[in-house]
Amino acid sequence: MPTGWSYSATERARTGAFDLEENAGAIKKFMFVNRKAPHGSVYALEGLEVVLISAAFDQDVSLAFLDDGVYQLVKGQDTKAIETKNFSPAFRALEGYDIEKLYVERESLEARGLTEASLMVPVEVLAASDLAALMAGQDVVIGF
Amino acid sequence: MNFGILVNEGPYQRESSDSAYLFCRAAIDAGHKIHRVFFYHDGVYAANKLTEPPQDDRHVVNRWSKLAEDHGVDLVVCVAAALRRGIKDEILAKGFRISGLGQLVESAIHADRLVVFGD
Repeated sequence: MPTGWSYSATERARTGAFDLEENAGAIKKFMFVNRKAPHGSVYALEGLEVVLISAAFDQDVSLAFLDDGVYQLVKGQDTKAIETKNFSPAFRALEGYDIEKLYVERESLEARGLTEASLMVPVEVLAASDLAALMAGQDVVIGF
Repeated sequence: MNFGILVNEGPYQRESSDSAYLFCRAAIDAGHKIHRVFFYHDGVYAANKLTEPPQDDRHVVNRWSKLAEDHGVDLVVCVAAALRRGIKDEILAKGFRISGLGQLVESAIHADRLVVFGD
């Protein structure tokens, strides 16, 4: 388990009310769809908290980044001037939670002058139509 | 069908909380089951019992409470999102309980469909 990401331990301790045994065997395909910039609203941060919790349930989890959501993965973020938490290092910790399927929409990257090299973690860049097909194959799609 | 519901917007500012409530009522009326309603982001404000809208407006908080009372719907407020916004046990409306995000994931696993309201 990676260290340095304070939400994981705290959040997991807070989730004591559920029974993991009860879910044994039920594996669903979860896709978390991130559409918003990392700052400017709380969706990206609180969305990431759900992603980290879902890892505790041994589900088939993937993340999609589109629209301004692609900015969440941009390298070299510095939030000092806006006095908010820089939570972007958590994306590098996802691998430690066995969350390795990160999809980024090509059109959203291109529209913002970004390339795969602008991003801090390895991702699969997909055309909107391919991403749509992936989405259609999910059991649960949650957008933040 | 067994539905899980996720409410991501606060009451009054936007319609999402109303739509979620109306969906739940319609689903129950049609013979479906609501496994759980999970309140996240500003959605947690729906649990604030200090809420006091003008008398000619709908009372978003009280009608969730009534739904819980009448149909045994499990209303769960995310603890992390709630604490960030000052929603604590002291001001929790009837029928709501505070718990972790695991309750959302669990609901998504158990329900036939998870329906998300709000951005």
